[in-house]
Amino acid sequence: MKNKIVQSVWVFGVFTIALLNGGIAYSAVKVGLVLDRGGKDDQSFNSSAYRGLKKAEAELKAEVKTVEAPDDNSFEALQRAFAEKKMDLIIAVGFSQKDAVIKTAKRFPEQKFVLIDADAGLSNVQSAMFEEHEGSFLAGVAAAKHSKTKVIGFIGGMDIPLVKRFLLGYESGAKAVDPSIKVLSNTIGITGEAWANPAKAKELTLAQIQQKADVIYHVSGNSGSGVFDACAQKKVLAIGVDSNQNRLRPGTILTSMMKNIDRVVFDAIKSVQDKKFQGGLVRYGLKSGGVELAFDEHNKPIFDTSAKKLIEEYQAKIIAGKLSVPDYYVTSKRK
Amino acid sequence: MEEWVFPVLRTATPLVFASMGGLWCERSGVIQIGLEGFMLLGAFFGAFFALALKSVFLGFLGAGLIGAILGGVFGIAVIRFRANQIITGTAINLFAAGLTPILCKAVYGSANSSARVDFTEPLLWGPLVAAGLCAVVSWALFLWTPWGLRMRFAGEHPEALQNAGVSVVRYRWMGVVLAGVLASVGGAMLSVFLSSSFVRGMSAGRGFIALAALILGRWNPGLTVMGCFLFAFTDLMQGRLQGHEWFGIKVADPMVHTFPYAVTLFILAFVMGRSRAPKALGEPW
Repeated sequence: MKNKIVQSVWVFGVFTIALLNGGIAYSAVKVGLVLDRGGKDDQSFNSSAYRGLKKAEAELKAEVKTVEAPDDNSFEALQRAFAEKKMDLIIAVGFSQKDAVIKTAKRFPEQKFVLIDADAGLSNVQSAMFEEHEGSFLAGVAAAKHSKTKVIGFIGGMDIPLVKRFLLGYESGAKAVDPSIKVLSNTIGITGEAWANPAKAKELTLAQIQQKADVIYHVSGNSGSGVFDACAQKKVLAIGVDSNQNRLRPGTILTSMMKNIDRVVFDAIKSVQDKKFQGGLVRYGLKSGGVELAFDEHNKPIFDTSAKKLIEEYQAKIIAGKLSVPDYYVTSKRK
Repeated sequence: MEEWVFPVLRTATPLVFASMGGLWCERSGVIQIGLEGFMLLGAFFGAFFALALKSVFLGFLGAGLIGAILGGVFGIAVIRFRANQIITGTAINLFAAGLTPILCKAVYGSANSSARVDFTEPLLWGPLVAAGLCAVVSWALFLWTPWGLRMRFAGEHPEALQNAGVSVVRYRWMGVVLAGVLASVGGAMLSVFLSSSFVRGMSAGRGFIALAALILGRWNPGLTVMGCFLFAFTDLMQGRLQGHEWFGIKVADPMVHTFPYAVTLFILAFVMGRSRAPKALGEPW
């Protein structure tokens, strides 16, 4: 009920904007960004995409519009409103927009889309997928190098393929350094609430620390603050995810496995401007800078220099294609 | 101790507060389905007041105060205007889910999480003791005082209470406000004690678990607290069981996650016998 009202207000707003702007002719690239529920200040996915958009607005002089979807049912209406306005590019953030993008992109085959974090399988949609396993591999190397107990931990939001992809990469990175290392892993829940349950994440982390884990990697969205709390309390290390979380707890957060969505958004807008837009599946891994470990002044004092060197070696090997990190999306299908 | 006792006590703390709030409200004859909403608001305001006033204690107090006000709003709807209690409770839940991100955005510039309450390290015993006190005091008041007896009559035989010259409405008001206060304090436990910031939607269904503990405990304070411990224990157990192998078969996490609920169903079906609600529960007076 409440959602319906909010939704209609949004849709109405978008249409109004569309009408107001209808009469003016643009030469700049027109970009519409559809964010998911997190909104542009979620300090993760959406804010990263928004940063990329703002950068494009400033540097490429792109004409940008942003809408935040109040719930998962409004994606299609918001995307369609942009498509009817004949935007040059519509960017949809988050795997939850996949179905809506497929529908809208089929209805507007001339319209260019970027879908972040899912594969729409259409030629007018650039499906930007991140190679989380590659970044997680490096996180695993970092964890193994900093663990004194030879036990490391992993806290995932839900037991879903995406999280398993992180876990498999992390495990293989750690085992590449030391095959005898033990990796503990827990997931928080089975519903969307798992990503916003720091109290439970903290208990799970404390239990892992009890079992001697001394570096813990979280892939649990907003629940991650509970992981950081537990690690800070017990003086062990944590690894952040998605955006650079190092500054949240200097001294506790060893590094963060970043997904550089801002870069992807910016590059996509630039490609449209340069008339080099590429549809279909595009993978952003270590090579293209889509994923990387965060190094800044906050983790410099705690990050071992020899570990950093080793990470750079592995990174070079992965980029050169000499080392392939097992990808859960591939290995799970082979079974 | 460190492995089981403290984690169970910690996990049960917000549930104990919320279910005690639910107990007083429901025993006085008002269905309280809005515990989840009160918890969420309490979680926000607990962090808000703790950060603004630089005191954890004032954080809990502030959360309780806001809980009392919102309990009052709930009371005006269901007692003064005799609105449907289930619908009003649901409204409280939706209201809390919508209001907290807006406030969080306004105060902290992000709809998803607040600033960090970073002075809570010495909080180890206080909240546990407070939860214990809350349970013991509720139980004592409930069994041994005329006040507790009247409270029970407001939900069981309001006519009898009325005939004895006692105002039913007054006791229901107390029940409703108590529910708001206690559930909000329980919610503040989440943001100030069990983690260190408010996160959007962080009550994560605990209000409903507290309600389930109440029903499991047959609306009896002692059994309800046991119910809270059972939920806390099975929840932790579930975490520890993940990734284990039984007879060479690795059970998938989502299966393990159903453990607390499977245990609850089992206990409800085979151990507890029939749970009887207060007779006048949900009937406006």
